Parts: sequence; structure tokens; C-alpha cells
Amino acid sequence: MSAQARDAAIVGVYEYPLRKVDELSTLQIKAESAIRALEDAGLSWKDVDAIYESGEGGAVLSGIPSTPEYFGVKAGVMDTTMVGGSSFEFQAAHAKRAIAAGKAKVALLTYGSTMRRDAVALGSSGRTLAQGPIHPVSNMEDLWGLTLVGDYAMVAQRHMHQYGTTSEQLAEISVATRLHATRNPQAVQAMQDLGFKGTGEITVEDVVGSRIIADPLHMLECCMISDGGGALVIASADVARDCRQSPVWILGSGEAVKYPENDGDMTVSAAARSGPSAFGEAGVRPDEIDVAMLYDSFTITVLAVLEDLGFCKKGEGGSFVGNGRLRFDSTDRPALNTDGGGLSSNHPGMRGLFLLLEATRQLRGQSTSQAEGARLAVASGLGGRLGGRHSAGTVVLGKD
Amino acid sequence: MAKPTRPLPKFPEPDTQPFWEATKNHELRYQVCDDCDGIVFFPRRHCNHCMGLNLSWKTSRGEGTIYTYTVIRQIGHPVFRELIPYAVVWVDLDEGFRMISNIVGVEDPTNDLTIGQRVRVTWEDQENEVSLPLFTPI
Repeated sequence: MSAQARDAAIVGVYEYPLRKVDELSTLQIKAESAIRALEDAGLSWKDVDAIYESGEGGAVLSGIPSTPEYFGVKAGVMDTTMVGGSSFEFQAAHAKRAIAAGKAKVALLTYGSTMRRDAVALGSSGRTLAQGPIHPVSNMEDLWGLTLVGDYAMVAQRHMHQYGTTSEQLAEISVATRLHATRNPQAVQAMQDLGFKGTGEITVEDVVGSRIIADPLHMLECCMISDGGGALVIASADVARDCRQSPVWILGSGEAVKYPENDGDMTVSAAARSGPSAFGEAGVRPDEIDVAMLYDSFTITVLAVLEDLGFCKKGEGGSFVGNGRLRFDSTDRPALNTDGGGLSSNHPGMRGLFLLLEATRQLRGQSTSQAEGARLAVASGLGGRLGGRHSAGTVVLGKD
Repeated sequence: MAKPTRPLPKFPEPDTQPFWEATKNHELRYQVCDDCDGIVFFPRRHCNHCMGLNLSWKTSRGEGTIYTYTVIRQIGHPVFRELIPYAVVWVDLDEGFRMISNIVGVEDPTNDLTIGQRVRVTWEDQENEVSLPLFTPI
């Protein structure tokens, strides 16, 4: 571990506690979250010299993001990387590099969303299918009534065909994640506020007995649509040493995008490239990881990414996730999505930030489902469409 | 308010316009690179294999196998809601390109489809518009 570069660390985190936000704007959610995350670190606006965001706060004149001015920050580094749900893993990677290059000392990442309030039917599409601006891909692919759920379902279908994976195996991911949600008061509140029929633990039978949304994916394999937000502060080593919380080091990162190809294997995600890059830089093997925070838009996302990161061989995810392995209290590792995940705690459209927040809480010993003795965690976001074009950002984190 | 229709390709869009023009004659077209013989699909002006700029249009026999599929059971769009449950499919055409479409002509898409199944193109003409290449089991 001594060879690892420890240039930048997560020093402040905040997850906006509500998933049903009736009053605040996305900008207000971002600002309050930023304040709380900076307080968590023991820093203030004047310490921040790098701003990262996905543009959801809106741009004012000339496409300039509004957050630096709105917050009251004079940033020398501004990064508006927007690659869907994994944007924050990309941004954390960029922040680490900017800090390592001496271009910044304190980076602030923020996220705010009122997707639920705005009644965005993300998974199954609203009255109009999202047909983007005129684009060759849109002209070929947006004509067939394929929902977001349906896209991921096609990967699950292929995975089942290729490897014999079953719905019961995929359901283990929902079961473990829900267990963790029941232990997280914010997640319980979320499920109540969003009108979940049940907010307690669920079984494999519950999952495969829930209604199919797009074959073979069941309702309890699909994430919620919430409001929410949060913030993350990343600081240089010298700043981090003086912060209020013990630093959580960014040991390695990887970024990749993947798109459909005529002879492509749809069961393989972009994490097959972002993972080795992140683990290689960190000098860490997947089997050393205590906690895996993986983007659970749907169960199949987690299964594919577990395989692609190298936790098991390609195609063996189905058996890997069995026997309660993913529970926070299992002696087999990794513990998965210990906050309750997008399935049962928080998914306002782009969940990537929360992966980093909970991984940090785990390495500080502050999770509501604490994996005992956790020293290493991975956060791996997946944005876009798993069967279509998507992004994967992987960040390996470690404590002192 | 106009009656909602299913989404159709929008023009001008220079890459895909020739593909959709050909659908009016029920021709399923794809591109081959003159320089490296690589298959290019979705349509483009350049070759994504060798960077060549000389591509030729070919007409597919319209037969292939199901690479993967799903059956949509829930959707907000009013036209597609009428079609529930319906199958969306990625088809590997025999010439070597993969395209997304719908499967029609099966009684129960939730039970009557399998990956690897042979399918053939069938056309659904749109009023004063292009024709949609759909697929049906052979």
C-alpha cells in the first residue's frame, strides 16, 4: 500500500436527507448540500478553488455555469462533465488529477434534482418518448418504444441466455439492498414518502413475484425515482490533514464509455475498462475490497459491473451474489450498496454522487450498515443505457 | 391537438436519410466500406473502422437472428401503450450488422420468442412517410 499516491482525499460529504422535496429548487439543494459538506470538512466557500457539476443547476449567460456565482466561490478550475449517472465518478477522478497537478486545493462537487416533483417518468417514459435532437442514432433507435427499463432488460435477457443467470439470482441484489435500506432512517423515510407498498425486508420470492415491467425485469429490480441531492469535498493532502474528518483517499480512478457494436457483447459494460484502470492505479485487487458501491439502476447493472470490475469471472455473477454475500454483515466481501441503493434509498436520476458519499461513510465507520473493519471501497457509476451507449466511472477509495 | 403518432425519423439528417429513403421501396440498406470492406451501421459518411470516406450502400436480404429482446409491459407513450405487450429486439442481420426494431406477428411475445430465433423483415408503411422495418419469425 505504501506505493500508492495519496494526493487527494474526500474530506467532506453530505447527502440531502429528503427524497420528496416540495419547496427547494435544484440550486438550493446544491447550495445547502455544499454548505453542509464544507462544514463536515471544516472548510468554507473561500477555501474552494475548483467547482465540478453536471450542469443541472442551469447555465446563465454564455453557457457559464451558475453555481460558482450562486455559491460565492472564485474557482480556478471549472468542470461540467456530464455523462449521466456516473458523472460524479468522472468528476472525482478529474478533481484528483487537478489537485495532483497543483491546479487546485479544494474541489466541490454538488448535485440537486427534483425529478420526482417534476414528474419525470424516467424508466417507462412519459407521454412523449425521449426523442432527442436530430441525430443519426436517434433516427435509428428511438422509434421502437424501447423504455429505459427495456434497454437494461435486454442486457438481462442476453445475460440469462449466455450464462444461465436466473431472476432468482438477480433478486439477491434487491434483497441485500433492501436489508440495508431498512437500517437507514433516510431510506425508510424515502420509501414511505414515495409510497412504497412495503418498507421492510423483502425476499427473493417477493422480487420475482412482483410485476414484470419489461421482461425479464420485475418492479422490485428497478430503482425508485426521487428528488434529492448532495455534495462532496475533495482536498489536497496538506489540506486534508487539517480537516475535521479523517481523510478518505482517492487511490485510483478509471473512466470509459461503451456503445453498441455490430458484433458487440451486450453483457459487458464499460466498467470492464474503467475498473482495471482504477484498480491498477490503486494497486488494489477486487478481492481486497470491503464495500462495493455500484450503480443499482436495475439489478442487472450491479451484476454486470460486479463481473466487469473483476469480483468474479464474466458470467459467474449469478452464483457470486448468492448466500447473502452482499450483506453488510457477511464475512464474504464485498458488502453492496450499504445505504439502501437506488433500489431502496435514493435515485433522483443520477445516483453516482451517493456511491461516493456512502463509500466515504463506510471508510469513516459512519454507515448505518457498517461493514466491520472496512478499509477499502470502490464506487462505480454507470450512466446512460447499459444495452446502448453508457459511461462507467470507477473510483477506488482507502482510509489511512 | 394532433393525434399522437409513433416516433418517426426526423429530417434533414444526412447520415440516415438514404437509409430511410430506401425503406419507401421496402429495401433494408446498410453500408460497406470500399477501402476495408468493413460493415458500417448505423449509417454514416465515414468508415468507423479504417477512416475511409468511400462507402457503398448495399441491400440486405432482411433475414437474421434475435440477439436479444424484451417485452415492454409498461410505457407512458399513448401509441405504444395500445400495443402492450410488445417486443423490442436487437437483430443480427446475416450480412453482419445489428439493428433494433420490433417483432410482430407472434401471438404472445412473452412466450413465443427466444434468443437465436430466425426472423425476417416485414414492412409497416407510414402515411406519406417512410416505411418501418419490423421483424417476424421465419
